[in-house]
Amino acid sequence: MTANPSGVNSVSYLEYKGRHKGIKSWIFSTDHKRIGILYLISMLTFFAVGVTFGFLMRLELFSPGPSIMDPQTYNSIFTLHGIIMIFLFIIPGLPAVFGNFFLPIMIGAKDVSFPRLNLLSWWLFVAGGLLAIISVFLPGGPADTGWTFYIPYSVRSGTNVVPALLAAFILGFSSILTGLNFVTTVHRLRAKGMTFFKMPLFIWSLYSTAWIQILATPIIGITLLLVVMERWLGVGIFDPALGGDPVLYQHLFWIYSHPAVYIMILPAMGVVSEIIPVFSRRTIFGYKFIAFSSVAIALLGSLVWAHHMFTVGMSNTAMFIFSFLTFIVAIPSAIKVFNWVATLYKGSIYTEPPLLYALGFIFLFSIGGFTGLMQGALSVNMHIHDTSFIVAHFHYVMFGGTGFGIFAAMHYWWPKMFGRKYKIKTAKTAFWFLFIGFNLLYFPMFIMGWLGMPRRYYDYLPEYTPYHRLSTIGSWILITGLIIMFSNLYSALRRGEKTTEPNVWGGETLEWKSATPPPLENFDVLPEVSEAPYEYKENDEVEEKKTEEAV
Amino acid sequence: MSQNNLNQDLQHGNVSYGLYFLVWFALLVLTGLSVTVVGIDFGKFTVAIAMIVSCVKSYLVLTVFMHLKSENPVFRIFVGVALFFLVVSFALLFSDYSFM
Amino acid sequence: MSSAEHAVGHHVHRDDEGARLGMWLFLFTELLLFGGMFLIYSIYHYVHQSEFHLAAKQLNTMFGTLNTFILLTSSLTMALSIAAIQKEKKALSVFLQLVTILFAVFFMVNKYFEWSAKIQHGIYPGSEELLMKSNGEILFFGLYYLMTGLHGLHVIIGVLIIGYMTIGTVKGKINSGNFVRLEAAGLYWHLVDIIWIFLFPLFYLIV
Repeated sequence: MTANPSGVNSVSYLEYKGRHKGIKSWIFSTDHKRIGILYLISMLTFFAVGVTFGFLMRLELFSPGPSIMDPQTYNSIFTLHGIIMIFLFIIPGLPAVFGNFFLPIMIGAKDVSFPRLNLLSWWLFVAGGLLAIISVFLPGGPADTGWTFYIPYSVRSGTNVVPALLAAFILGFSSILTGLNFVTTVHRLRAKGMTFFKMPLFIWSLYSTAWIQILATPIIGITLLLVVMERWLGVGIFDPALGGDPVLYQHLFWIYSHPAVYIMILPAMGVVSEIIPVFSRRTIFGYKFIAFSSVAIALLGSLVWAHHMFTVGMSNTAMFIFSFLTFIVAIPSAIKVFNWVATLYKGSIYTEPPLLYALGFIFLFSIGGFTGLMQGALSVNMHIHDTSFIVAHFHYVMFGGTGFGIFAAMHYWWPKMFGRKYKIKTAKTAFWFLFIGFNLLYFPMFIMGWLGMPRRYYDYLPEYTPYHRLSTIGSWILITGLIIMFSNLYSALRRGEKTTEPNVWGGETLEWKSATPPPLENFDVLPEVSEAPYEYKENDEVEEKKTEEAV
Repeated sequence: MSQNNLNQDLQHGNVSYGLYFLVWFALLVLTGLSVTVVGIDFGKFTVAIAMIVSCVKSYLVLTVFMHLKSENPVFRIFVGVALFFLVVSFALLFSDYSFM
Repeated sequence: MSSAEHAVGHHVHRDDEGARLGMWLFLFTELLLFGGMFLIYSIYHYVHQSEFHLAAKQLNTMFGTLNTFILLTSSLTMALSIAAIQKEKKALSVFLQLVTILFAVFFMVNKYFEWSAKIQHGIYPGSEELLMKSNGEILFFGLYYLMTGLHGLHVIIGVLIIGYMTIGTVKGKINSGNFVRLEAAGLYWHLVDIIWIFLFPLFYLIV
């Protein structure tokens, strides 16, 4: 490709014509924005599949006893629901879609450091996703081990465990490449004047996430490969019959998979940190605290993995240490919540859809976080381990947290990405459907889990029926909300009002200084930065005056 | 590419051949050393001693062959972060197994 | 950095330090990939100490020591080849890269003989001979095959990468003004060396 003649830059990334035409101009594009869109489309496709599986599980549980599927199918469906939602939806959800699209723009760069590697990581993502889907249709049937692939069952199961493991391995590799790209980009390509402490908080969260992706993912990579080797060669590394230790597998699995939940939640926290100041027109409260708490979460989150294993018979010392660390890791999350609320306080609040979803995040994530602390306490954990209390907890954190964070990001950046406006009213309606449906779906799980309903069970005792009924009805409301939300966003692309307004919401970060939709290399002239990212000086001054008068 | 940048890159890690040979020689000596002391029984410390020798060898490879010494300090911080993560994983894992 | 930013277009932009930074980050993932196996090794060594020592006695220290010398020397020639290209000695650099590849091949040949000797004695994962031994020994040999196998795979990948760089050097794409790819290949090769520096004592010297 030759150097850009001046003027090409004013063409938006959507219309830019490169070497390829049609779909090839997308799937072979190294433009970070196009790759972001590719991830968006593929991620949402997998999300739809995952939601369908979840819906079917809830439908089966509407009444005790078999109703629409047999137990083996149920086992496969919750396994696939987990694998798809975790590896194909929430892990890539924010970093790969919105991180790819906005990280370079928000630090004032033309692209990521390694654009071709970026494209490769999307290809790997698709390959891994397809492998997971193909494994469903191969003889032997879909894996039924749960997304955790616990030994020894994952060695003994006759289903297609190996393709599922390899799919997870490939997806992990894709995730590593994204992380590697982001760390390098943040270090090397920040605009002139943008010091680390002038970076938007979304970038801080992506940066911390990227480190976890780089350091923790290889451990799961090798662990999953060892399970494959165990199945193929019978090496005995984890197989208790040959002296292997299944608990060691669990350790290695969670060394990655606990930090992985921070890969999922941190970027969502970053999105919320972007949205709150914009829609309350105030400088963010405690910028450095939020920035450092992202780093602290990444660090501490890597030290708490064994709290998933309190019932497997670890040493008491290990139990105390991991329980203690689990309580510590709550602190940086709480710091974020306090700072968001403090930012809203006395702000001039605009309840546009992005803010609604962000507030939904704070509310649901807080519930998820607190119930997480309950499980961090050893004695309580013994009681609720492997019950649907756990299921409720992680859906509050992962769906109520990250899921709503992704929805917030969509509503916040959609007009910027596509130059089209969605219907505000419909977006708000969708939010309330989602919010009510969500709570109705997952809150009863806390109660029945507390009462002893085990997770992953196909059948249940009749006394749990009312809770399961409520939960299933909640799933219908939730899905209605999803349909309303996505059709609203989709019809915005088709028929939505066009906009070229660069600053749709009155944001102060760099993406709002680029054209809408952004041009090929993001900026005609690379920006120089002299201010912190959320300077709403006018409002802040008014605020100070008021306080002074009050004093 | 400015002239300045080019010069910087030329200087980067431009160590003399001699130093490389010196490090190589040291690595061979250390290997020889750890092989010869195998016969001596250090009891509990056998593995520890072998690991210390390996760490010294790795340090030499990292700093000289891999130019960590002449790189931007951020590279050394990065290596520190990665090693810290690995060491902490070992420590926490052994908090389970050594107190069984 | 700032000078590079003013370059126009994606592909004109060049950032050698960024490229090296990316390579180092990739090396961390390799380090932790092996790190996971070292974790497993350390736990099983801790649990089955005497059996590990017993099993290690069955490995031939000669093979291991020879391979250590080979790999350390190949690391030297790799480092020298980069110094040579910086000093604009293209032929010397090409020669040194080829020597590195040659050493890597020696390493693999050596490994081949070592493995086949073991397999001929009936010691390989799942073999009857091995299954009759104690759990600690089964784990030791399981780890031996997996860890040296994965390492060997990295040696083979290293050969391919260095070979590719050699072609680039011959064609002049890698030269005294632009050798960051050769440097990256070198970093990879040194990491493979470092992994071996730890594998060697853990399998051959704990007798």
